[in-house]
Amino acid sequence: MKRHAVTGWLLPLTAVLVFGVALSATLGFLAVSIPDVFAILFAKLRGQAMPTTIDPVAATVVADVRLPRILAAVLVGGLLGVSGAVFQAILLNPLADSYTLGISTGAAFGASLVIVLQIFGLALPSGVSIPIFAFGGGVGTLAVVLFLAAGDRRLSSTSLILAGVIVAAILSAAIGFLKFLADEQVGLIIFWLMGSLAGASWANILLLAPAALLGTLTAVFYSRDLNIMATGDRAATSLGVNTVRLRLVLLTVATLMTALAVSVSGIIGFVGLIVPHLLRHLVGPDNRLLIPLAFFGGSLLLLIADTLTRAVLPSEVPIGVLTALLGGPFFCVLFKKRQRDGATAF
Amino acid sequence: MAQPLSEQDNAILWSLTGVNFGYNDTPVLRDVTLELRRGCCTGILGPNGSGKTTLLDLLAGLQTPQSGTIVFQGKPLSAWPKKQLARWLALVPQDFMVRFGFSVREVVEMGLHPHLHRFATPSATDQALIDQALAATGIVALADRPVTRLSGGEKQRVAVARALAQQPEMLLLDEATSNLDIHHSLEILHLIRHRFEHQAMQVVAVMHDLNLAALFCDRLIFLKQGQVVCQGPTEEVLTPANIEAVYGVEAEVRPNPFTNSRQVSFRLPA
Repeated sequence: MKRHAVTGWLLPLTAVLVFGVALSATLGFLAVSIPDVFAILFAKLRGQAMPTTIDPVAATVVADVRLPRILAAVLVGGLLGVSGAVFQAILLNPLADSYTLGISTGAAFGASLVIVLQIFGLALPSGVSIPIFAFGGGVGTLAVVLFLAAGDRRLSSTSLILAGVIVAAILSAAIGFLKFLADEQVGLIIFWLMGSLAGASWANILLLAPAALLGTLTAVFYSRDLNIMATGDRAATSLGVNTVRLRLVLLTVATLMTALAVSVSGIIGFVGLIVPHLLRHLVGPDNRLLIPLAFFGGSLLLLIADTLTRAVLPSEVPIGVLTALLGGPFFCVLFKKRQRDGATAF
Repeated sequence: MAQPLSEQDNAILWSLTGVNFGYNDTPVLRDVTLELRRGCCTGILGPNGSGKTTLLDLLAGLQTPQSGTIVFQGKPLSAWPKKQLARWLALVPQDFMVRFGFSVREVVEMGLHPHLHRFATPSATDQALIDQALAATGIVALADRPVTRLSGGEKQRVAVARALAQQPEMLLLDEATSNLDIHHSLEILHLIRHRFEHQAMQVVAVMHDLNLAALFCDRLIFLKQGQVVCQGPTEEVLTPANIEAVYGVEAEVRPNPFTNSRQVSFRLPA
């Protein structure tokens, strides 16, 4: 029944996404046609020389600047969308995302640390060490949160969220201190905290693409168990769902997905929160449908936001600011509407 | 489908020996030794906090005793794979809370989980089973409503419908009818009793209402402060002396020709 629904959505959404990527690649200072974009992409993927019919400058711009950035937007958006859906389903909280568990804050702390260490003269190569530290910060935070919450043997969502909020509060203070240490160069940290895809490279794509694929497939694999989790631990366990293992596996996978996304793009808020939330509003809470759709929803949202800031707006706005400015008010409207409808639970 | 269980009447289903259980050093059950046998509806009774729900959790394999043994179907309960237990045992929890707006039908469909392969789609037979469970609990009209918008009593009937869709050999009820009005309570108890009598579905029910328990259960287990006070056939153990010992209240117990069972009357302390 549901499988038809998923496959029914999959093809048109993939088509929309491919078309969106191509369209976005034509936009910018240098105009390129859509067929040329596909020709460049295929040449690049096969490692062949660029077609001679295309202006070599335009070919280089599209192949080495626009496409990696656009694909990074698609993959980061997808990773954030899926991990948000998973966090919400596991924590039984429609307002949960990587912030609630402190993971984004942990990743931000890792990245800020590199920037401050560089200011103090440590020769760390930014391109490699910021992603590594951001990733380590995110994963380390999850480890601390799990350790704090493990006193409660059943690893309940309340303990997890409480532990996440506590750790995030400490890390926020630590980031504040790093900003203070950075003194006049605080702008570097702030820019990273607001997120940007401007620095994305093909190497990032090679990292993000398998992560997005494996992570989404794992989440889809467990999607029926996730549905059952919504009826409470006791009921889920009595239906044969191993709730503790499910939480551990999916929290780890979703954290890895978030940390990887953050390590490439910096902090991009609201995607992981609003995409699953909105989709649940549109197609219902069934995770078998919701998780694949969250990938496409996140991808499209970030693709649009990044194209806006890259090619449409007169000057580049940090993408995290844009998603929050677009998503925030929208979220307020949705929230008020649901209150009026008398729905207490989402 | 589940493997056929021993069909022999009176076969021992659960056998508990010297079971102790507690949460963080607070003992909840102390030295519980009992046997639950096939062929009777068993009621677990006792005051609030006497460990009834915990005992049910132990029977369902949701908790493991700190000491003592639980043997289920001739094998230690913990040795059975969880998925296998889920095919045999269904639990109707006390407060059935669903956090997202799944439709009633979707929630009842979850009962098929232990029987379905991970990516299987419910077959026509499965759909018929869901329809049957919805009809039996009188919630067909609610099938497409989000479960978050239902009243407590309606939610409770969804929980029962899901347990029925699970096609269990044994049904564990945790005060499953406490939230329901008398009409729906009787309807659900009748439905379950019918399954017990005609399809040999075994039933263990934690109950609060002594009179409903007397109507519904063939055997009773009385718990007080985590210990078994007495157990036996309803006619033998439902006595003023036992009620006084367990609940500390004065009661009169009489056979009632209208209900065809023993019924308990109380009065306000003088």
